[in-house]
Amino acid sequence: MNFKHKHSNNPTKPMRQILLTAALAIMIASCGNQNQQTEEKTTQAPLGDNTAATNENPSYDPNRGEGKFTTVDLGDGLNKTMADAGNAIQGVKCASCHKTSDERLVGPGWKGVTERRTPAWIMNFITNPDPMIDKDPEVQAQLEICLVRMPNQGLTDDEARNILEFMRQNDGVK
Amino acid sequence: MKTNQFLLAYVFAATIVLAVACKPKNTSNAVSGDTAAKAYVAPGQYDSYYNFVSGGFSGQISTYGLPSGRLLRVIPVFSVDPEKGWGYSEETKPMLNTSHGFVPWDDLHHTEMSQTNGEIDGRWVFGNANNTPRVARIDLKTFRTAEIIELPNSAGNHSSPFITENTEYVIAGTRFSVPPDNANGDVAINTYKQNFKGYISFISVDKEKGNMDIAFQIECPGVNFDLSHAGKGKSHGWFFFSCYNTEQASTLLEVNASQKDKDFIMAVNWKKAEEYIKAGKGKKVAVKYAHNSYSDETHSATSTIRTEVLVLDSKELTDICYMIPCPKSPHGCDVDPTGEYIVGSGKLAAIIPVFSFDKLQSAIANKQYDGMYEGIPVVKYEAALYGEVKKPGLGPLHTEFDGKGNAYTSFFVSSEVVKWNIKDLKVLDRVPTFYSVGHLCIPGGDSKKPSPKYLIAYNKITKDRYLPTGPELAQSAQLFDISGDKMQMILDFPTIGEPHYAQAVEADKIKEKQVKIFKIDDNKHAYVTKGEKDAKVVREGNKVHVYMTSIRSHFAPDNIEGVKVGDEIYFHVTNLEQDWDVPHGFAVKGANNAELLIMPGETCTLKWVPEKAGMYPMYCTDFCSALHQEMQGYIRVSPAGSNNAIKFSLGESVPEASK
Repeated sequence: MNFKHKHSNNPTKPMRQILLTAALAIMIASCGNQNQQTEEKTTQAPLGDNTAATNENPSYDPNRGEGKFTTVDLGDGLNKTMADAGNAIQGVKCASCHKTSDERLVGPGWKGVTERRTPAWIMNFITNPDPMIDKDPEVQAQLEICLVRMPNQGLTDDEARNILEFMRQNDGVK
Repeated sequence: MKTNQFLLAYVFAATIVLAVACKPKNTSNAVSGDTAAKAYVAPGQYDSYYNFVSGGFSGQISTYGLPSGRLLRVIPVFSVDPEKGWGYSEETKPMLNTSHGFVPWDDLHHTEMSQTNGEIDGRWVFGNANNTPRVARIDLKTFRTAEIIELPNSAGNHSSPFITENTEYVIAGTRFSVPPDNANGDVAINTYKQNFKGYISFISVDKEKGNMDIAFQIECPGVNFDLSHAGKGKSHGWFFFSCYNTEQASTLLEVNASQKDKDFIMAVNWKKAEEYIKAGKGKKVAVKYAHNSYSDETHSATSTIRTEVLVLDSKELTDICYMIPCPKSPHGCDVDPTGEYIVGSGKLAAIIPVFSFDKLQSAIANKQYDGMYEGIPVVKYEAALYGEVKKPGLGPLHTEFDGKGNAYTSFFVSSEVVKWNIKDLKVLDRVPTFYSVGHLCIPGGDSKKPSPKYLIAYNKITKDRYLPTGPELAQSAQLFDISGDKMQMILDFPTIGEPHYAQAVEADKIKEKQVKIFKIDDNKHAYVTKGEKDAKVVREGNKVHVYMTSIRSHFAPDNIEGVKVGDEIYFHVTNLEQDWDVPHGFAVKGANNAELLIMPGETCTLKWVPEKAGMYPMYCTDFCSALHQEMQGYIRVSPAGSNNAIKFSLGESVPEASK
């Protein structure tokens, strides 16, 4: 501190001091850059799979969604046993947020969902919501309205199929 | 002017040199250039070891990642933890029950992980309560305390919870000898020699479930049992306990328990003890102790008081226990990975004695005794001694092993860790610690198979190590890289409570088997609510049971009326979420209680006794979604004697304007 004051009293010194400071600043800046570079090198991809929030993902099929289901065999007409089982499960795991009418609660109402979406899309979405929330343009639009990401409720394949059957019953399939 | 400046600079430089010289043990000369990289774990990357560190007077166990030193979780064990509702929720209160009633605190000194074939298997970690003697088992699938068992006839459960190589037994040895529970304890304190006894307990552990049970106790002379370790390999079937205060003093132990040149390491042949138990030599003694266990199915704990324990008498059965003389109040009592060498650390001694298991066996076979101590044969010191490490340092406390023939001993008084070779007893390396190191930990360092990459020193004093925080300062851990010939300090971090002993294990042995959610279908809680359709409020006399659910981002019901002053209200909150890392919290204004923190699929209960009529908000305390701030409700409390009936609802009284 004292040294600086003494230097600045000397009319020949300020210029040199500015130069020095500038040089120092450049050094610090370049060091900083180097650090960033090495950090980028040592940092690997994070473990979660939230890396690509994109509408541009060419491999995403908006009709099928993303998940293990490609085709769903609906059979002839409604399977009442499965629909009843689906009703029981949705009472525990879904009804807190979804009404069976078209009225929105936390999430959208279920009325008409089987007409708007393919069976495979529904089964993929309810068993594998996170990647689809990140990739599906219509789900992203829905998220802007509801603001709550649909939770993964840990449904088994059978439970998901039964819920689909209940949704079909809810939409008037006999 | 110039000469003055020069002089000033010279004096300044000299002062720096002097300051450094006066204080040799500071960071600048203990840490070299590339050390940061060795402890660096990039954001998003995992540590390679879990480290379970005793919380000392916090009563808890803290879990760190190594080598980063990141604090991952504090597991509540013997002390209440309002953050997690531990000891506050109705479900967890029984876990802290004892024969003295509900005890909200203890002093957890040592951790020990379960082993199979002498190797850490990553299933459970055990902890001891030093004050009100207990042993706890923590399930490493959930990182929660699953079981706590109290120890009768004991006080100061210090030489615990060390285990045998297949987790057949967890051991507890009493530090403060006392008259046995069923004897008259109301005696003059200076009758220590006649009336006080030291009990050691063998707690059996179920191979599959882990359930603990006191298999038997051995009544021993009244001394202070300090630490212990199981034999392994060839010495499997034996247990070794360090004892001090063999002078049997009951006052000013600082002086009176340091009179004798040698105290003892007590060797216990527990296979022999098992034979005596089978032969019916155990005496059934009436006692009272609590056994508490937690169920992940009912999400509830139960506490039962047990009333009997089997006791063997070391005076009558003279081929179970043997005393080996050990210099100056031994603390650590550590068995090397081969099971042949037993290292005693006399905390006031200037040498480290290393005993040989083979020599001990032949000394016993040939009755090379030096008399008896309170009915227990005393083996001749030289007959059991392999050799002594000469001038290792001041105040040896505890030794861990690297499995490559080396031992590492902590020195409290000289604040250092010393590496020495077991075979030739030569000192190989020494490093300073900051300051006053207690225990050490090498991953697997007390098992048959150490993983000797790191060594952690746990220090009592941190004065001048971190930014000061008033009179009370943190204790600390210092991490050393021991993969080379020389130990190198690579990290220094403050810890929770006072860390005594710790265990560490490769992350792979634990991380894959983590429970992420509790399946709502499997929830067998007596007051579970499986879906909002079942949410309700039920009055039973002056008890009101609220069957409540939580999901992002509302409670059901969230409007409750008809509750009265004088009622006991039980909020049984079931978290309907089935996704990892989505707990909900629950709190209500004015409750003389903590919060609940409810994991997905779990049910927890908060008891609330309102004392004044009025309006009481309740809300979710754990940020759960973008609409977390909306996750709230109201309970109306009416005066005692009011006629308001119970009413509950969700989403019914939407204001006109928003319809």
